[in-house]
Amino acid sequence: MSEHRDYAGGKLGMWIFLFTEILLFGGLFLLYAAYLHRYPADFNAGGKQLDVVLGAANTIILITSSFTVAASITALRLGQTARCLWLLAATVALALGFLVNKFFEWSAKIGHGIYPGSQHLLQMPPGENLFFGLYYAMTGLHGLHVLIGATLLSVTAALVRKGRVTQGNFGLLENAGLYWHLVDLVWIFLFPLFYLIA
Amino acid sequence: MDHGNVGGLGFLAPAPGRKGLLSWIGTTDHKRIGLLYMGCVGFMFFCGAALGMILRLKLMTPGSTLVGPQTYNAMFTLHGVIMIFLVVIPSIPASLGNILLPLQIGAEDVSFPRLNLFSWWLYVLGATLAVVSIFTGSGAPDTGWTFYVPFSERTTTNVSLAVTAVTILGFSSILTGLNFVTTIHRLRAPGMTWTRLPLFVWSLYATAWIQVLATPILGITLVLVFAERVLNLGLFDPGRGGDPLLYQHLFWIYSHPAVYIMVLPAMGVISDIIPVFARKNIFGYKMIAFSSLAIAFAGSLVWAHHMFTSGMSDTAVLVFSFLTFIVAIPSAIKVFNWVSTLYKGSISVEPPLLFSLGFIFMFSVGGLTGLVQGAAGTDIHVHDTYFIVGHFHYVIFGGTGLGMFAALHFWLPKIFGRMYDRGVAKLSFWIILVGMNVLYFPMFILGLEGLPRRYYDYLPKYAHGQVLSTIGSWILAVGLVIMFANLYRGMRRGPLAGDNPWGAATLEWTTSSPPPTNNFEVEPVVTHGPYDFRGVARHE
Ligand code: HEM
Ligand SMILES: [Cu+2]
Repeated sequence: MSEHRDYAGGKLGMWIFLFTEILLFGGLFLLYAAYLHRYPADFNAGGKQLDVVLGAANTIILITSSFTVAASITALRLGQTARCLWLLAATVALALGFLVNKFFEWSAKIGHGIYPGSQHLLQMPPGENLFFGLYYAMTGLHGLHVLIGATLLSVTAALVRKGRVTQGNFGLLENAGLYWHLVDLVWIFLFPLFYLIA
Repeated sequence: MDHGNVGGLGFLAPAPGRKGLLSWIGTTDHKRIGLLYMGCVGFMFFCGAALGMILRLKLMTPGSTLVGPQTYNAMFTLHGVIMIFLVVIPSIPASLGNILLPLQIGAEDVSFPRLNLFSWWLYVLGATLAVVSIFTGSGAPDTGWTFYVPFSERTTTNVSLAVTAVTILGFSSILTGLNFVTTIHRLRAPGMTWTRLPLFVWSLYATAWIQVLATPILGITLVLVFAERVLNLGLFDPGRGGDPLLYQHLFWIYSHPAVYIMVLPAMGVISDIIPVFARKNIFGYKMIAFSSLAIAFAGSLVWAHHMFTSGMSDTAVLVFSFLTFIVAIPSAIKVFNWVSTLYKGSISVEPPLLFSLGFIFMFSVGGLTGLVQGAAGTDIHVHDTYFIVGHFHYVIFGGTGLGMFAALHFWLPKIFGRMYDRGVAKLSFWIILVGMNVLYFPMFILGLEGLPRRYYDYLPKYAHGQVLSTIGSWILAVGLVIMFANLYRGMRRGPLAGDNPWGAATLEWTTSSPPPTNNFEVEPVVTHGPYDFRGVARHE
């Protein structure tokens, strides 16, 4: 089988894939919209219990990582492999930082007895129960995407080191970068919807 | 034209390097992957059909016979899950589409051959999990293929595994769609302009977009059912503020468009077959191509017609009823165009044409009864009755099923280079057509008389219809056995078919039968439309 490389085709495929990811989250956003419409006061109360500082910190982390990944692509295209690798490492480190942060945030919530099906949640008004249900579902799914994205970037970095992804053949890195931007973008919506709603 | 390998094995010949099974399950050749799908779909079809036969046998007599109520619930659930997600959705696109799309646009393969293989592996994984879910946990799923909450959250049967399986199948479907869209955009041969695409390719294109845009919603919905069961989220639990109606919305946002994933490729098959056997250009090429896209678009706006009795607002009911009528228009356009193509054509009644005509008839019945349900007033009466079961079997089995059979009779000589017995094929067609109508038509009447669907038992007054319907299932089974045996025999031992036995004008008929691994010896240059038969001769 001849190995043909179709740069534009690869890009098109990636964009379509990103679209499906948006739609995947779209189902949850739809639920969020419907329940917010039904229980605005409870959502307000739920939002008050989330830590804006932690959320904001994670927002800054992700935006920074979007910058580093974009810069890594430029670096590779300019032929600066070492800088590219360094920037990719920074991106993955930021991703891990995000997850650690998230871990502490979730643990604190769970420590307060706020987790799906908990006794504490059952005593809260229905809207708050839904708010936290959505909180865990959406940030959980997003966290999973952070993990996948970080893995993807690590694999790409390894391929850059091996010389399989290069200045002349940077499609994979670019697509990994696009994926990472999507992860960032979703968070940009999650942050206000959960942390700033109050 | 002689390609020097008439009677050769083409891509079916053992590949150099890899041998045996590995040269199939590790292949990136779209034709081999297509055949892998075809084998799996065929096997699952056999399982699903067997379940259906048993269900029908049980329903022949009222009261507790043959199987118990819980087994009955599990069986109709599995019948639905297998037929919808494992058979009908991948049937035409993933098997024949995979084989034919690159051939029809003059490409060497799809855009992402390895992703294509990966999709197939996901399909196998999903199918395996679905089968495992029957035998493990505490009982086979009993929710119906729709997995409606709150029951699907509460039932102790193995729903969690089943929804995981369907989610994985959804991913497989998404990746196939993504691959096809990219392929059609990027890999058309020189001269293959958008208005020279065979209409089958157009229908695959529209289908692929629906697969890409609708399936993620199914994915997230079923992930949520899983999360509800395992993590106890409570998002659809009315006891904790959730709303089961939202589940229904999310489910049908995918599953209505999915019915067009099922039927559009079959429509494409019919559009490709009819001109060949009428020796006439298709009537209204652009309208047919456009109506595929129109169906894809309008079909994504009508989902709530499955929920007229679920307690939506009256406004919603009216709006969705109106939109449902709109979506019937592009479907009707196609039917009229096929009939107009036949008008004054020089028709030769070969098996592929017969099955296509069967499609048109069955789909018309199914589509028109769809309108009965689309009208909110009448749907209140027929919703959740046997009328619905009649409707969707006419469109899915009578439509997609016969479309698939038409496609098999049309393209099998290309894929295997051998011809089946045409007389037996015609005979099997008539038996199948009679069987289907005896099986499904009584359901309309039973439904109008008020027989609810999915019930284990029924009142004696419905007995006549039930018996008739079960007799139909036997006739149908006989027809199917004859048809598959004939196709199988033709594929293995039939006479050599030649490169272009039907005298068709699309690209796949210009290469040898079976096609060589890289599809074309020289990259084809397209100079005429797909249904321009001037200078095209039969080559048997
Ligand atoms: C002119 C086109 C069509 C119209 C207007 C139409 C309309 C409808 C409506 C209104 C219902 C819901 C009825 C109820 O539950 O009360 C329905 C059910 C259904 N339709 Fe169609 N339909 C059309 C074509 C199709 C096609 C092409 C397919 C598949 C290939 C299909 C498959 C189904 C299935 C599977 C159901 C039942 C789902 C379930 O509840 O299990 N329909 N249709
Ligand atoms: Cu529908």
